[in-house]
Amino acid sequence: MIYEQIASNKRNSFLLVFVFTLVIVSACYFIGEAWIKNGGILGIFIGSFLSLGLFLISYYSGDSVLLSSVGAKQVDPNSSSQLYNVVKEMSISSGLTMPKVYIVPDPSPNAFAAGRDPDHASLAVNEGLLQLLNREELQGVVAHEMSHIQNRDILYATIVAVMAGMIVLIASFFRQSWFFGGSRRRNNDSGGGGGILLLLGLIFAVLAPIVAKLIQLAISRQREYLADASAAMMTRDPAGLANALRKLQSVSIQATTSNDAVAPLYFTEPRLHFNPSSLFATHPPIKDRIDRLEHMAYIK
Amino acid sequence: MWFGIIGAIVLVVLWAISKYNSFIVLRNRIENAWAQINVELKRRYDLIPNLIEAVKGYMKYEKEVLESVTNARAAAMQAKTPAESGPAEDKLTQAVHNIFVVMENYPDLKANENVLRLQEELTTTENKIAFSRQFYNDIVMRFNQSIQTFPSSFFANLFGFKAREYFEVDQAQVKDAPKVDLTI
Repeated sequence: MIYEQIASNKRNSFLLVFVFTLVIVSACYFIGEAWIKNGGILGIFIGSFLSLGLFLISYYSGDSVLLSSVGAKQVDPNSSSQLYNVVKEMSISSGLTMPKVYIVPDPSPNAFAAGRDPDHASLAVNEGLLQLLNREELQGVVAHEMSHIQNRDILYATIVAVMAGMIVLIASFFRQSWFFGGSRRRNNDSGGGGGILLLLGLIFAVLAPIVAKLIQLAISRQREYLADASAAMMTRDPAGLANALRKLQSVSIQATTSNDAVAPLYFTEPRLHFNPSSLFATHPPIKDRIDRLEHMAYIK
Repeated sequence: MWFGIIGAIVLVVLWAISKYNSFIVLRNRIENAWAQINVELKRRYDLIPNLIEAVKGYMKYEKEVLESVTNARAAAMQAKTPAESGPAEDKLTQAVHNIFVVMENYPDLKANENVLRLQEELTTTENKIAFSRQFYNDIVMRFNQSIQTFPSSFFANLFGFKAREYFEVDQAQVKDAPKVDLTI
């Protein structure tokens, strides 16, 4: 089960990078053709360069990009804080390399893991989670995140988060310049530029739902259930994680640092007032997760 | 004909070499894991006197609890082999846990920063011992299996490899691994 998961994560990551490259290169080709005569070649060149850069950034420093986007601070390994101790215990239990540990200054109780493989992984926990949970419950959540590291879920999720984040950024940039470009055209009637931006706007309008679909794939329900199950194996205590989920279900504190790019990486859905059974939900309903963990606790 | 015999001998020798190397790899892993456990055990021996010192003033009427910890610590430090250490360390774990339970009755203690820090240190050390014990016993099982099953047992005897001791645990105290059912 876990080996299948690892293989499918690697396959999905490759497919994702391939599709992104194809889309960016072809978009740049059309832009080049529309801008100058025979500019398509130049467009392909620029597009390949752009997507290579994007891939390298998300693969080698995707976790630092995401961590700094939420303002995470690294925990000093010598501070012997409870969080660091708990992560260390789980790394002994799972046999994984000790990940870098971060605290996010956010009052909402949540956590996420990022990185490209178990030897280059980071685990971030919100301040709100540390305040809400006791030691056993924290251990359950940390074990869940360690399972994502073990199953290589973090590779795909990190690449999606960084690349999707970039696309959203570029799209919003073009939406704004389209707006300004349109107003300029009305003034001096120079033409040309508006057409290109219209084309770009259309391309990103097509891209947006694809990006949404990819984010959704990043956190399938099955992999959340699998991470919960692996966490129970690591801690030998399904009740800890179940109690943590029960506590999380009962509180509603608005996240202050989370953004759409990081959302699918989190332990629970960071957006409030969000119907968990809706089509775009990235996480399975908490109640189902508790039920499964309790089932494990009883059949032992 | 001769080529066939020489070829067969070469194959057997190559197989024996690869088996020998796999024994060595497992044996080194066992020794490394045991060394890791010992680091944590020693850490616990060092922490316990500090905890007793910190709570002694508050727990005047709990002499027995504190004494039982001191005795369990002394007994555990006497143990030499993994098989002896296991039960002795379990007694110590139980005794330290009793202090934590009694501590619940002393609100002053639960507000003491130093005591809380020691409690966290002891808890994490205990958890590390428990999780590394699992890992250690798993490798010992693999090593023992590979030197006791035929035909590799023949070479194990020849090279003088002996079965290793488990770091034994009192079964009643160990949390069983939960059975994971992913079908629902």
